Amino acid sequence: MIYEVPETVDSAVALLSGATGSARILAGGTDLLVQMKSGVVEPDLVVDIKRIDGMKSIAQEDGGWRIGAAVSGAEMGEHQALCAAWPGVVEAMELIGSTQVQGRATLAGNLCNASPAADSVPAMVAAGAVVRVAGPDGVRDIPVEEIPVKPGKTSLGKGEFVTSVFLPARPVNSGDAYLRFIPRTEMDIAVVGCGVSLTLDEAGTCTAARVGLGAVAATVLVVEDAAAALIGSKADDTALDKMAAAVSAACKPIDDKRGTVAFRTHVAGVLAKRAAKIALARAQG
Amino acid sequence: MSQIHVTTKINGDTTEYLCDPEETLLDVLRDRLALTGAKEGCGTGDCGACSVTVDGRLVCSCLTLGAEADGCEIDTIEGMADGEKLHPLQQKFLEHAALQCGICTPGILVAAKSLLEKNPSPTEEEARYWLAGNLCRCTGYDKIIRAVMDAAEEMRRAS
Ligand SMILES: Cc1cc2nc3c(=O)[nH]c(=O)nc-3n(C[C@H](O)[C@H](O)[C@H](O)COP(=O)(O)OP(=O)(O)OC[C@H]3O[C@@H](n4cnc5c(N)ncnc54)[C@H](O)[C@@H]3O)c2cc1C
Ligand code: FES
Ligand code: FES
Repeated sequence: MIYEVPETVDSAVALLSGATGSARILAGGTDLLVQMKSGVVEPDLVVDIKRIDGMKSIAQEDGGWRIGAAVSGAEMGEHQALCAAWPGVVEAMELIGSTQVQGRATLAGNLCNASPAADSVPAMVAAGAVVRVAGPDGVRDIPVEEIPVKPGKTSLGKGEFVTSVFLPARPVNSGDAYLRFIPRTEMDIAVVGCGVSLTLDEAGTCTAARVGLGAVAATVLVVEDAAAALIGSKADDTALDKMAAAVSAACKPIDDKRGTVAFRTHVAGVLAKRAAKIALARAQG
Repeated sequence: MSQIHVTTKINGDTTEYLCDPEETLLDVLRDRLALTGAKEGCGTGDCGACSVTVDGRLVCSCLTLGAEADGCEIDTIEGMADGEKLHPLQQKFLEHAALQCGICTPGILVAAKSLLEKNPSPTEEEARYWLAGNLCRCTGYDKIIRAVMDAAEEMRRAS
């Protein structure tokens, strides 16, 4: 294995594009090193992106926030303005692992590891996050939900990697939230995860909403019917019940030791409702 | 396979080593530098026995490559006592009998020190969450938490 520490995006792209064997990006390593040790992946080239300019920055841009691909969960949690703007995305990221894991784990790594149960991903989907990808053909911006294509597999082509995640500008009276169900209180993998983001007008009517759902299908789900149930309503109990039903209907979970199909389907609706209530309270300020 | 030359500061001392590209920081510390305080419990980020700080940030050294430490400052359990004088956390762990077999202890001490640097007055709940990634098979955690809370109080009084 060769370990490289490029200092520019271009040199990282050149290294990845020129690789003859298998190549992997190293961000926090909290997935990659576990996989390398167990022999699940045996990369010939590892490209550490942490020393590339801008990868460690959280910067305001067009009223939104650009989060570099090497920013850790701990750094996000310490950034007060980011926490105020997107509390749901930050709380989802902060659920990942322990304090030690938080010191290294990144949003982009959580996304590109492409686990269906990745905690930050439904929250990013709800937020309408846009991912910046650099590659041999230059830079492109794509919606976050288009990155994972199946468990462990992303849509990124050879030589491409994620350089940052952009969380868009927030209209006033907006809020987001993420909740997951795990059998323990800490350090476990989501059986279901749900992110909700919504915006209210002056009268308290929901004008925009997005609902992201994790761990109940092969990839994260964008549940448009659930968002539609909220939009135009005051997010009252009737609307929330309709939204929960849409969420449960969207589930295509597997049965495993951590949760049955029936359990996951039911819990998804319950979590969506609870997350929507938190997002609502945050939007009301 | 060519080795990588790394220059770091470990517990304040400039340290150079050669390591293999896939070698973890934990293996470097233990097998190359004879700093065997950090333990390997799981090797997969679950137990926290390998906890160290890198540039002040608490991490699992089992999930960090030795090569990544180039130019970084690393603090391990070996740097915690001041010569013969124990750190208040170490002293309180003895007083409260917060260890039995002791394999989790270095990692818990490093993690607890990092908590108190960030938050000198944690609540018990904050301390328990902060240390949730440090597993102990012996003590049942209660004595560990008491020792940490007691050390925090003593350090606040001393400062
Ligand atoms: C003890 C423990 C507990 C955990 N708990 C949780 C949990 O509760 N919830 C959860 O969702 N996850 C959990 N994880 C998994 C992991 O911590 C997260 O997925 C984390 O966000 C991964 O980020 P990273 O920076 O460490 O990724 P890395 O390990 O560096 O990378 C992960 C994968 O993505 C690729 N990659 C990384 N960055 C990029 C990029 N910028 N562009 C393209 N590809 C990239 C890598 O090549 C690799 O294949 C846990 C892990 C451990 C060890
Ligand atoms: S040995 Fe590193 S977390 Fe267990
Ligand atoms: S004292 Fe034995 S594992 Fe903690």
